[in-house]
Amino acid sequence: MPPAASPLVELKNVSLAYGEGRDATLALGDATMSIAQGEFVAVVGPSGCGKSTLMKLVTGLIAPTSGEVRVRDARVTGPIRGVGMAFQNSTLMPWRTTRDNVMLPLEVVEPHKRRLRTDRAFYFDKAQKLLASVGLGEFGDKYPWQLSGGMQQRANVCRALIHEPQILMLDEPFGALDAFTREELWGILQQLWLERRFTAVLVTHDLREAVFLADTVYVMSRRPGRIVKIRTVDLPRPRRLETTFTPAFVDIVHELRERIQLEHA
Amino acid sequence: MTARQERLARLLMPWLTLGVLLLAWELACILFDVPEIIAPRPSRVFEVAVQRWDLLLRFCLETLWTTLIGFALAIGFGLLLGLAIGASPFVYAGLYPLLIAFNAIPKVAIVPILMIWVGIGALPAVITAFVISFVPIVVNVATGLATIEPEMRDLLRSLGASNWEILTKVGIPRAMPYLFASLKVAATLAFVGSVLSETVGGNRGIGFLMLSASARNDSATTFAGLFAIAIMGVGVYAVCALIERRMTRWAFRGELVR
Repeated sequence: MPPAASPLVELKNVSLAYGEGRDATLALGDATMSIAQGEFVAVVGPSGCGKSTLMKLVTGLIAPTSGEVRVRDARVTGPIRGVGMAFQNSTLMPWRTTRDNVMLPLEVVEPHKRRLRTDRAFYFDKAQKLLASVGLGEFGDKYPWQLSGGMQQRANVCRALIHEPQILMLDEPFGALDAFTREELWGILQQLWLERRFTAVLVTHDLREAVFLADTVYVMSRRPGRIVKIRTVDLPRPRRLETTFTPAFVDIVHELRERIQLEHA
Repeated sequence: MTARQERLARLLMPWLTLGVLLLAWELACILFDVPEIIAPRPSRVFEVAVQRWDLLLRFCLETLWTTLIGFALAIGFGLLLGLAIGASPFVYAGLYPLLIAFNAIPKVAIVPILMIWVGIGALPAVITAFVISFVPIVVNVATGLATIEPEMRDLLRSLGASNWEILTKVGIPRAMPYLFASLKVAATLAFVGSVLSETVGGNRGIGFLMLSASARNDSATTFAGLFAIAIMGVGVYAVCALIERRMTRWAFRGELVR
């Protein structure tokens, strides 16, 4: 998908150092990115290259040391609105049922927060439908710790999407899962994206995952992370598991692998 | 052993242990001809407890009330202070060292001061029960808050949650198991506090009863008082444990604590 005229998210020469003075370590160096509305972006790179840092910068959880982050043409100075986040660790709250966990953003984000009490049935139904769409329809009343790891991650993605955010941030959301479950969840996530067309930023170290899901893959260098390659993935959608065995797919994965290999040399 | 038998055996174990200990005590008293004034036989203690049960009960209830009031105050105050300390690094830096210093003071030393301030009666016992039992509650609640997973905080912050919302949606539920764990310690400490106060100077409660009994060399009654305190302590502990299991079932999914 070609970038639109005015990108939704823009990073201009952003760098970030943790610590101060002599102890400062540069986590991210001079990153420039431009993410269009509705684009699915993946960021890959060796571990510790500042991928997660990049995500926190875009959502405004941390402020850059230099450079500028802009979302919807406004400079980001604090946590931005309309974001959904999912981490590798599912961070579901063990004291809430799965459905109550999924409904958590509705209790915080306006305008849902205001309407939640009066339109309880509507939102309940909405959560139920979302859970059903990822195959968790019967598990809303179960507690997260009664679910398997894959089911927890599905609920985690539901929670990130329930308030219909414009931007979805995924930090290695399937990293802790087995290969079969992971591939199954790629399909579910792609389906959700095709239906809703949110803008997604996926941080991962799984190249096949990146190529399967993304329109554009950014490759980062070793710490301090810099963007060393941008690769557009123009494979037709919806991509299926069989797609991952086609030469076109494998070629892109190889190309990315070779670039990352350079970092380890 | 079937599961049912195993459960039954587990239920019987504490009574069995108690029985064996009391029996050993009884036999030792007879065998070594221990005078009653030094260590009365458990059967004597039981006999006296049955004879004077109305007296024991009256003094026990006095102690129980003062303890429970002091304990309730400790829960309320400890919870608030713990939340403040856990939520704010400034409150933590300012109060934590003072709290440790205060906790190091032997509480027996403050009872005479309390008596100067508020006189004798129930009030010094309530205050002593309170001051001795609130510190573990504060420390535990603060720990529960301070150990919130950073991702959970990030998630809520990225949704635009205020600090207050983070506290109510994550902080407080997260601190609940820590609170209940501390209550089990604090409940028994509260008895130590109230009985301490009654023993140092007072005119009511089981501590006073024990003191006046020992002044009359009536050690059987003194020991009966000790047993009474132990039984009340176990009772309050059991209530705390029961509430804990109902309120924070999610924290015991491993069934480690019973």
